[in-house]
Amino acid sequence: MTKINRVRIEKSDCCVAVTKLEAQAVAVRYQDRLALHDISLPLHKGCVTAIIGPSGCGKSSFLMALNRLLDLVPEAHVSGKVLLDGEDILESSINVTTIRRRIGMIFQKPNPFPLSIERNIALALGHHGITDPAVRTDVVEHSLQAVGLWDEVKDKLDTSGVTLSGGQQQRLCIARAIALQPEVLLMDEPCSALDPRSSAQIEELIRELAQHFTVVIVTHNLQQARRLSDYAALFWNTNGYGELIEAGPTNVLFADPQREETREYTQGTVG
Amino acid sequence: MPEATSQPAVLFLSTGTQARHAWREACVAGVLWSVALCVVGLFAWMLGDLILRGMHELSFDFLFQPPEDAGRAGGISTILVGTLALLGVALGTALPIGLGTALLLAEGTRTDTPFGRFVRRSLDVLAGVPSIIFGLFGLAFFGQFLGWGWSILSGGMTLACMILPLFVRTTEESFRAVPLTLRQGAAALGLSKSAQLWHLSLPGAAPGITAGLILSIGRALAETAALLFTAGAAMRMPESVFDSARALSYHIYLLAIEVPGGQDRAYASAIVLVGLLLLINGIAVLLTRQFKHRLVQL
Repeated sequence: MTKINRVRIEKSDCCVAVTKLEAQAVAVRYQDRLALHDISLPLHKGCVTAIIGPSGCGKSSFLMALNRLLDLVPEAHVSGKVLLDGEDILESSINVTTIRRRIGMIFQKPNPFPLSIERNIALALGHHGITDPAVRTDVVEHSLQAVGLWDEVKDKLDTSGVTLSGGQQQRLCIARAIALQPEVLLMDEPCSALDPRSSAQIEELIRELAQHFTVVIVTHNLQQARRLSDYAALFWNTNGYGELIEAGPTNVLFADPQREETREYTQGTVG
Repeated sequence: MPEATSQPAVLFLSTGTQARHAWREACVAGVLWSVALCVVGLFAWMLGDLILRGMHELSFDFLFQPPEDAGRAGGISTILVGTLALLGVALGTALPIGLGTALLLAEGTRTDTPFGRFVRRSLDVLAGVPSIIFGLFGLAFFGQFLGWGWSILSGGMTLACMILPLFVRTTEESFRAVPLTLRQGAAALGLSKSAQLWHLSLPGAAPGITAGLILSIGRALAETAALLFTAGAAMRMPESVFDSARALSYHIYLLAIEVPGGQDRAYASAIVLVGLLLLINGIAVLLTRQFKHRLVQL
């Protein structure tokens, strides 16, 4: 277990390090090709963990393994363990629907449904058993308020979600996810398709959300990782597959990296 | 080389190519417009010809009276009823089977499984089989083996077999065209596969499914060869699906070729057939719009 030693589980300034979600020796292969090898990483409750690294090092695959979304990719195979509050969610007996309600996900490109703004949020609520229209309306309003979208859309809840601007769409997607009151939020480069102003809004939102959720964010933007995250993990493509080469509190990782690659990558000289 | 743009030679060259480009653009636009006009013109010519030669025969009685004297006199009421009954049986059979098969192909199997490949290959081959072969199959299977004889049921089922390949493939493509990001989004919210299909894939695929349906209806309405041996040529009013019935397109063929003096009536019937096709298209488009609208509103 040499890899574990590289992950310094130290106390960050933000919070007490309580493990909410933990990857244990997670590997992902697509048919015969190994994409991700032996990732062990604890994700702390109420903290933002940034996953950084160059393109093609398996960051997104890792994220999709955490909520079983790789199930949708027929040729993908995940091994190892992903423990949510100590329970292995990779077990085949686990109810995937429940897992995905508890672990929400935001994608790189905003993907609102071609339904009304209200229905974008209400659809999943209904599916998870909230049938009382009054409760639904209430949750829709609160979720939209939480992402700062309510004032912009309250008069046009019945217009299609795809007519909103890119930043608004992404906030709608976040509202849609947090309406289900997940415990963990996975974000796959949530700002990369947005303009700087929308991007800043989303960043601010993530900071707020982190008070209530455990956030894991994949980002290419090192400044963003630095601003946003309490913990950071650097993935690296070494032998044709992705590996976790260093992880720890963000300030430590950026200021005093253990590995040469980490130092070069965080200083922008490589990657 | 920041100064390069200010050199006169470069400037001169760029204006030359610009003029050439503009000329080429105009040519391409001209060609495209004339091709489009040809298509519209052909349709207008056919429609004009039909109306010119058949319009004087068209009347209220023509639509609502039964044919007499092998179709030289009377109307086409029984034939319209037979045609719609045939279409009804064909669509009633092909729609559920086609939707199910398309769903299985698009959502249930991977593109590269042997089973999916086999089904797709079979459908592609079936789509290219001449309709007279379908007619012979219908005669042998529905007419003789199942003992339905010359009937609306035999004819309708034969039509269903004929339009299935086209309908399944267009429907499958429509389901496939629903973006992966939507499916991922739905799955990430913990929606089940069936909820995703019903709320997202089906409305997204609806316009494509409608297009496939309209094409299928067009093929079924135009069909004569497959109905020769299966639905028969009876002109009396069908009383059940086990009665023989003459389809409108077959009626047109018989009037034009086999009945001396039936030509004008053939043209009039053709106007009705084209009108029927346009009407069904219109209704299908309207229904799709309603369906999509309802889902956005919910």
